Amino acid sequence: MKCADILEKISDYLDKELDPSICKEIENHVQDCEPCIAFLNTMRKTVELFNDVGKRETEIPGPVSDKLMNFLKQNVIEKK
Amino acid sequence: MTCAVSDSMFMYHYMQNRFLAFSISKMEDAEKETYSKEQKAPDKDGLLVKQVLEGDYGAFEQLVKRHQSRVFYHAMRFLNRQEDAEDILQDTFLRAFKGLGSFRGDSSFLTWLLKIATNNCLMKLRKSKKMDIVSLDKPVEIDGSELPREIEDWSNNPSDQRLEDETREFLNKAMARLPEDKRMVLVLKDVEGFTNLEISETLGMSVAAVKSRLHRARLAMRDLLSHYFEEREVNYKRNIQ
Repeated sequence: MKCADILEKISDYLDKELDPSICKEIENHVQDCEPCIAFLNTMRKTVELFNDVGKRETEIPGPVSDKLMNFLKQNVIEKK
Repeated sequence: MTCAVSDSMFMYHYMQNRFLAFSISKMEDAEKETYSKEQKAPDKDGLLVKQVLEGDYGAFEQLVKRHQSRVFYHAMRFLNRQEDAEDILQDTFLRAFKGLGSFRGDSSFLTWLLKIATNNCLMKLRKSKKMDIVSLDKPVEIDGSELPREIEDWSNNPSDQRLEDETREFLNKAMARLPEDKRMVLVLKDVEGFTNLEISETLGMSVAAVKSRLHRARLAMRDLLSHYFEEREVNYKRNIQ
């Protein structure tokens, strides 16, 4: 396996979408390749950071929420 | 004497609470058992959906309160304009209310809601022909053809609350620079946690196309983050000198 193959397969590897034999090949290559270790670590961190964005959502602005509730009341309750 | 009274009162309340807790736990066990034979026990959202279908509008308000932030920021990531995101938010919950009977619980209620929101975003984008021109900043160029030989490993950079907030803000801006098709896949997969199959169904493309776009989007985001962490490191060193 070459560095270019790691570049191509890295997302599938992180998503556990590859055959175990290919995962093993990637892991063997990465062990002795400094740039690929850094590449793998930073790609993994990139995915983790985006996962975190979804988990720590900030609150919706108050006026937006109020507007939504009024809209739903008008369009759901009053039209019943 | 007072002490004995309060002790016995305490014991009375203690036993009453224990009995209540025991009864509730037995009821929950019985509920799980009832559902485990044929289907999963409905979660909080599932119960609220059931109440709405029985005519309880208050339960719908609770569903809205639970998920309005996720839907709003989901739309913001796709459209980059608060006004548009507000329209999507309103339309998504209205459609959800009207179509609640079709929610089967195959996916979580939030995933179902986000699929509606995504479809609304796609329609809005098509209607206003804003595909690929909504970025707040210069769109990021995605190469990804070869691996640079010098790669800084910033994966273990120390962080604190302030820096985390700053990084999150940066991530939102970075996503906005992605071309539309790749941004949608990245948001659905890495931010919202959809499966590749759910994304392919929602966006009407093959799983292979989803994987390819996701890969290129992640490469672009990794590059932007590399520059971001590099700059942050330089600023940090400058400040401590």
